[in-house]
Amino acid sequence: MKSRRFLPILPALTLLAMLGPVLAGLYGTVLPAFGHLPAAGETGPNLNAFRALFDWPGLADAARLSVTTGLLATAISLLIVMLITAGWSGTPAFRALERLLSPLLSVPHAAAAFGLAFLIAPSGWIARLFSPWLTGWDRPPDLLIVQDEWGLALTLGMITKEVPFLLLMTLAALGQADAARSVTIAQALGYSRMTGWLKTVFPRVYAQIKLPIYVVLAYAMSVVDVAVILGPNTPPTLSVQIVKWMSDPDLAMRLQAAAAALVQLGLVIGVLAFWWCGEKVVAALGRRWIAAGGRGRADRVISGIAMVLGTTSALMILLGITILATWSFAAQWSFPNALPDTFTLRSWMRHGPGTTDALIETAIIAITTTFIAITLTIGCLEAECRYNLKFGKIGTWLLYLPLLIPQIAFLPGLQTLFLNVGASVGRWPVIAAHLIFVLPYVFLSLADPFRAWDPRMGTIAAALGSSPDRILWRIRLPMLLRPILTAMAVGIAVSVGQYLATLLIGGGRVATLTTEALALASGGDRRAIGAYGLMQTGAALVPFALALLIPTLVWRNRKGLRHG
Amino acid sequence: MKYLAVLAALTPFAAYADVDPADWDAVIAEADGQTVYWNAWGGSTNTNDFIAWVGERVSEDYGVTLEHVKLTDTADAVTRVLSEKQAGENDDGAVDMIWINGANFAAMKDADLLFGPYAEQLPNWAFVDVDGKTVQTDFTVPTDGYESPWAMAQVVFDYDTADIDAPLASMNDILEWTKANPGRFTYPQPPDFLGTTFLKQVLVDILPDPSVLQVAATDETYDDVTAPLWAYLDELTPNLWREGRAYPPTGTAMFPMIADGEIDLSISFSPGAASAAIANFELPDTVRTFVLEKGTIGNASFVAIPYNSGSKAASMVVANFIMSPEAQARAQNPDLLGYGTVLNMDALDADDRALFDAIELGVATLSPAELGTAVAEPHPSWMTRIADDWAGRYGVAQ
Repeated sequence: MKSRRFLPILPALTLLAMLGPVLAGLYGTVLPAFGHLPAAGETGPNLNAFRALFDWPGLADAARLSVTTGLLATAISLLIVMLITAGWSGTPAFRALERLLSPLLSVPHAAAAFGLAFLIAPSGWIARLFSPWLTGWDRPPDLLIVQDEWGLALTLGMITKEVPFLLLMTLAALGQADAARSVTIAQALGYSRMTGWLKTVFPRVYAQIKLPIYVVLAYAMSVVDVAVILGPNTPPTLSVQIVKWMSDPDLAMRLQAAAAALVQLGLVIGVLAFWWCGEKVVAALGRRWIAAGGRGRADRVISGIAMVLGTTSALMILLGITILATWSFAAQWSFPNALPDTFTLRSWMRHGPGTTDALIETAIIAITTTFIAITLTIGCLEAECRYNLKFGKIGTWLLYLPLLIPQIAFLPGLQTLFLNVGASVGRWPVIAAHLIFVLPYVFLSLADPFRAWDPRMGTIAAALGSSPDRILWRIRLPMLLRPILTAMAVGIAVSVGQYLATLLIGGGRVATLTTEALALASGGDRRAIGAYGLMQTGAALVPFALALLIPTLVWRNRKGLRHG
Repeated sequence: MKYLAVLAALTPFAAYADVDPADWDAVIAEADGQTVYWNAWGGSTNTNDFIAWVGERVSEDYGVTLEHVKLTDTADAVTRVLSEKQAGENDDGAVDMIWINGANFAAMKDADLLFGPYAEQLPNWAFVDVDGKTVQTDFTVPTDGYESPWAMAQVVFDYDTADIDAPLASMNDILEWTKANPGRFTYPQPPDFLGTTFLKQVLVDILPDPSVLQVAATDETYDDVTAPLWAYLDELTPNLWREGRAYPPTGTAMFPMIADGEIDLSISFSPGAASAAIANFELPDTVRTFVLEKGTIGNASFVAIPYNSGSKAASMVVANFIMSPEAQARAQNPDLLGYGTVLNMDALDADDRALFDAIELGVATLSPAELGTAVAEPHPSWMTRIADDWAGRYGVAQ
C-alpha cells in the first residue's frame, strides 16, 4: 500500500522542510554577528558587532519595549479570552461574539494596525466624531497617542489581533475538554458559572493552547509591521531597529543587525522562560484556590467587563476596516468632518488593476502553500497515531521554532541559501518560504483536535472491517472537517500577511497585496492604503467565512457532527 | 599605450563582453524581448503611475517589458545585489535597474556592484543640462557614468496659507515661527532621505560659510562645524509636532498631516509634489511652497544598473527613454508627477521645447526663476556622521 511506504517518512520530511531553512538562515546570522561577512570586508571572529550594539544608546529602551509590549499584549489577550469563555461559553451572547471574532482573525496585522491608527489618532475617526461639538477641537490636539513611548498603542493593536486568535484556539480546544459537563457538575455543586469553569475547565484548556500562547508571546515581542505603524520610533522596538540596520547602506551595520537579532532571540527565549515560571506560580496558587472551595458568587461583574473588552476589541477591528473602506472612496476629507466632503471611485479605478494582479498572486501563493501544509500536517498526525511516530516534546518545539525565532534573524541568511542551491527568485521559493511559517500554524491549529479525537471510533470501524486508510478518509477526516477547514483558513491568513518572507525571498519580484500595501504605507497615501488594506482583508476573510459555513452546510442533517 | 591595452585586457569588464553602450543599434537589438525589473520606491501613487506609463512606452517602441519592483527603501535593492554577489549570482540577478541616490550610490560604486560606465553614451545624454544641473555628481561623489539622471529635485517648504500668512525667509525665521506656533512643524525621522536633507538644509542655511561642507568631514572640523546645528535643534525640538517624541517616517507621510491640520509647515524635495498632491486630494488647495532666501539644496535623481543584471541592454533603453523629452515633459506635469527636468531647454528642438512650454506648473509650484539657484549637496561623509549623532541625541531620547 502506498501510504504505508510514504506515511512514515512524512514527519521527518516536514521537520526538514522547516528546520533546514531556519538553521541555514540562523547560521547566516551567527556568522556576521561574530564579525564574519566577507562581502563587507569583515573576517572574524570578533565581538565588535556586539560592542557597537551595546554602545547604541537606545538598546535598553528598545529591548524594554519588546519585552513589555509582548508580555502585556499576551497577558491581557489571554485574560480577556479566558474570562469571556469562563463567563459566557454556551450562551447565545458567546456564540454571537464567536461569530464576530473568528473571521476577524483573518484580518492581516498590517491592515488592522492601519485601521486602528486611523481610528485612535488625534486626527482619527473617534476624534472627528466628537469634534468640534463636544471637544471644541477645530484641529487635532498635539497628543502622542499613536507611537507613544510606552508602546501602549502597539500593545492595543496586538491585543485586538490576538484576542480573536486565542479565542479561536480556545474554541478548538473546548470541544476536547468536556467543558459543558464539567461546568454542569460544578454548578450542581454550587459553583458559579465562571468560577466553576476556571476551576475545572481552564487547566485542561490551557494545557491545549499553551503553544499558541507561546507563539503569541514570541510574535508580539518581535512583530515588525504593526510596530512600524503603531509603535514608538524614538527608539523603536528592537525588531524594527534590526530591520532598519539591515537595510542601512553601510554594510558594516549588517553585523550590528545580526548581533541585535541574536539579542532579540535571547530576549524571546528569556521571556518565554519567564512565562513558563509564571505558569508554575499560577498553577500553585490556582490549586490552593480550588482547594479553598470558594463558590465565587460575585463574578457577574468580571464576566461583564470581559464581555465589554472582547466586544470592544472586535469593534476596533471592524471600525478599522470600515475606515479603510471609507478612505478608499474619499475625495477631499478634512478635519473635523466625520465623513469625506465628497466620495469618489477614483482611487479604486486607479488601484483596481494593481490590486487585482496582486490578489491573484497572493491567492496562488496562499492556496498552494496551505495545501502543502495541510497535507504534511495530516500526514504527520496520521503517522503519529498509526505508527506511534511522535514528534515528542523536543520535536514539537522544533516544529514551532520558525514562530519563536524573529523572522529578521534568519530570513536574509535563507535568501543566500536559496541562491546557493540555484533556486531562481520568484513564486516557488516564496511558497517554500511561506511554508516555514504557514506549516507550524496549520499544525498548531489542527494537532490538538486531531489528537483528541476519540480512538474508540477507529476501533469500532476496524472491528467492522475498515482499513486504516478507510478509517482516515471516511470517519476521522469528516469528523474533523471543522478543525481542518479552520486550520486551512489560518494557513491562508498567515500566508496573506507575510511581508519580509515575500520581499526578501521573492527578490521583490513577487508582488502580493501585503508587499504592495506596505510599499505604499511609507508614503502615507491613505486612499491607496485603504484600497490595498481592504483587498488584503478580503483575501484572508473569505476562507474563514468558508471554514464556518462549509461544516454547517455539509453536516446540516447530522447534528452530532456540528461542533458547538 | 601598450600598458593601457594590457590593463584593458586584464580588467574584468565582463559586462562589456555582451553589451557595449557605445553601439546603440546593438543595444536596441539586444533589448528587444528583455524584461527590466526596475527597483524604485513605491510609496507614491503618482510615481507608480509614471513608471507604469514608461513601461507601456518602452514596450511599444522597443519590445522591452518593464516591471516596477516597489521598494519601501532603496537599500533593500542594494542588500539584494550584495546577497547575490555573496552567493555567486553574477549573471542574472533580480535587480536590473535601481532608482538611486547619495549614500546608496556611493556604497554600490565603492563595492563594484554597478555596471558601467554607460550614462554618457546614451543618445539622449545630448539633451541633458550638464552645465546648469548637478547631473555628473551625486552628493559630491562623481557619477563617472555609472548612473544616469532622470529628475531634478530641490528642497521646498510646503505651507498652508490658511495658517501661515507669508513665506519664511530663513531657518532662523522657521525657528522663531515654531516658538510662536508649537507643535505645527516636523520633519521625517533621519536616516530617512528627506529627514537628513532637512538637517543638511539647516546647516547650509545657518553656517556663515557653507563651503566647508564640500570636502569630507574630519575629526577636527566636524565638531566645530556642526555645533550650531545641534544648538538650533535643541531649541527647535521642544516646539516640534509631538514635542519631537515621534517623527513621520517619510516626506509624503506629512501630506495627510497637513491635510488634517496636525501641522502647517513641512519640507519636501520635489517642487511639484504639493501641486500633484492637491490634484490627488491629498493636500488642501490652500497649500503653497517657498524656498529660503539663501537658496535651498538641490540634487538629481538617478538610475543605476547592477553589475549582475541579465537585462543590461533593456535597462539602458529604459534609462535612455526616461531622459527623452517626451518622458521628461510628462514627468514635469504636476497633474501627473511634478518632477523637475534634467534637460537643457536650449538643446531641444522647437517641437520638444513646446512640450515643456505647454505645461501648467500648478498652483503650488514655483517657477524655475522663483526656485532660484540650488545649493550644492554636502559631501556624504557629513551626512553619515550627522545622522548617527542625530539618532544618539534625538532618536533615542525619551
